[in-house]
Amino acid sequence: MALESYIREGLKKKDILLMTHIVLGYPSFDASMEIIRTMVKSGVDIMELQIPFSEPTADGPVIVQASQRSIEKGATVERCLELAGWAAKSFNIPFLIMSYYNIPFKYGVERFAGAMAGAGLKGAIIADIPPEEGMDYLAAMQKHNMEPIMLISPTTTSERMKFIASFAKGFIYCVARKGVTGKETDLTKELEDYLKRCRREAGLPLAVGFGIKDKADIDFLKGKAEIAVIGTRSIDIMEKKGIGPVGDFIRSLR
Amino acid sequence: MLQPKYYGEFGGAYIPEILVSTFEQLVKAFEEAKADPSFWKEYEEILSSYSCRPTPLTFAENLTRYFGGARIYVKREDLNHTGAHKANNVMGQGLLVKRMGKTRVIAETGAGQHGVATATMAARFGFECTVYMGEVDVERQSPNVFWMERLGANVVSVKAGSRILKDAMNEAMRDWAANMDNTHYVLGTASGPHPFPEMVSWFQSIIGTEARRQIMEKAGRLPTRVYACVGGGSNAMGIFSGFFDDPVELIGVEAGGKGPGSGLHASRLAYRDSTVGIAQGYKTYFLQNRDGQMNDTHSVAAGLDYIGVSPILASLRDSGRVRFEAATDNEVLDALELTVRKEGLIPALESAHAFAQAFKEAPTMKKDDIILINQSGRGDKDIFLIADALRDPAWMEFIKKKARDYGA
Repeated sequence: MALESYIREGLKKKDILLMTHIVLGYPSFDASMEIIRTMVKSGVDIMELQIPFSEPTADGPVIVQASQRSIEKGATVERCLELAGWAAKSFNIPFLIMSYYNIPFKYGVERFAGAMAGAGLKGAIIADIPPEEGMDYLAAMQKHNMEPIMLISPTTTSERMKFIASFAKGFIYCVARKGVTGKETDLTKELEDYLKRCRREAGLPLAVGFGIKDKADIDFLKGKAEIAVIGTRSIDIMEKKGIGPVGDFIRSLR
Repeated sequence: MLQPKYYGEFGGAYIPEILVSTFEQLVKAFEEAKADPSFWKEYEEILSSYSCRPTPLTFAENLTRYFGGARIYVKREDLNHTGAHKANNVMGQGLLVKRMGKTRVIAETGAGQHGVATATMAARFGFECTVYMGEVDVERQSPNVFWMERLGANVVSVKAGSRILKDAMNEAMRDWAANMDNTHYVLGTASGPHPFPEMVSWFQSIIGTEARRQIMEKAGRLPTRVYACVGGGSNAMGIFSGFFDDPVELIGVEAGGKGPGSGLHASRLAYRDSTVGIAQGYKTYFLQNRDGQMNDTHSVAAGLDYIGVSPILASLRDSGRVRFEAATDNEVLDALELTVRKEGLIPALESAHAFAQAFKEAPTMKKDDIILINQSGRGDKDIFLIADALRDPAWMEFIKKKARDYGA
């Protein structure tokens, strides 16, 4: 099923979907499997699996550190794709790859899209590829029937939102505020207006990320977005309390 | 719409969406400045009154005699205010910041020269200033940290990644992504996303314009070969740009570190250990593994210790217009000592790479050939490193005494 249909289908039963994010190979590949298992069991609807990159310029300290540790412990792109393939075959939710463009570029963009398709993944989120630079990537994704998730931000003009959405599939990832991942966002009228603007221009379901910490944040997003993204927070909980409490946290959001 | 500029297959603007509008604004401001003759005039005026432009061209008579080959001239970028060519770029970008109405500047720094230059510019123009510097570089370039802080800058020691220049750049990018409304990122070299490679090269072209005029006046003709060290590539782009249309051989000298095959170097173009990649917002040759993860680099010169290289220089390598060589740490220290002794010039460790390569080639050249070396910075800031590398006994004694004075 295409990602957008899966999301629309899911929204018949839930008023908002949850997407979680993990860094593959952090703190280890075994732990990554355990985290995925726990998250799916706790009712997560979509997962983004980050292939670590040594220069993660759009990420904050928690993901920067997780990426670095994962690479230091020997994470390779091949191994990350294997694990992602395992996840896609084992669980009945869509899995996406998240990374920076050098990862598919060095692997071979076309080959990378093919490998994702072969692994049963749905698509990818690439943090540093504006559409103007993304023609090879977008063509490769289309060829292998992989859905490119595009990002828009509060600094994106309405005209540009339309432009970006014209290349997007599945949903639009709305960056909630300025800055990098992992900082809290004030859930304000400004955010609400921004999401309204995204809704008007995008024509696809909206995912909102960056700094969601509790059920109140999720409730705020209901009706304004289709997907709430939990990123840094679950990594934080895992580091401080372990994998089990990550499941408790996710369940507490519903 | 982004209109990313390419040089051959290199360059571009691979930036997160959050920064796209900031880059659009910067490109617009830069294009307007380029089209406005009064901007360049103001730039030259400030560099002639606040810094020391035009910087002199020095005939290195003793070195010329010593090698017995080509005549050696040195372009004295070390005589800029704050002691390096970095002053040119920061004053230029400072003027752009004023045009854009921003009030805060951030910068990355390796050796600390660009950080000091930026902090100086910020003090002069009344901007807030934060400088990101890898923890390893903070340790090896303490005196520069001292000056940046005195100049009012907030120096942030970056503990992520390899804790050197590239990591400082990542951290500056992250700051910018949060604070672009009032903040401009004063990137220090001719790398990074468009328009930085073009913009920084434009500001630094003042070196080449002057050098060409000066050598014609002094020697009566063009140089045979021009040498410049290459980290990110800004001083090389600066001096080379004066000679692109001339029959002059241009030689970029990279950090050979411990030599080829050692894995401990920062040579992207000469040793051919690099491959094409996309990181830090642009496409060029990077020192990276087959997965695309960046490798650790090494150089005795912090300012050359970098994974990537100017996309313009990458393209000029592939077209054959610029020849690339590398000088090892040991060759660099020898060249530096010789230059100090013979000419009383103290090049920075970075600049000494250009001297080292020129010294290898000078004896094989004819007496009427002319060599032009860009002394991009001065070396007295490197006193801790140079004295350490030379194991200077009097210096070590002095440091021990100082440590005792401070109760260590």
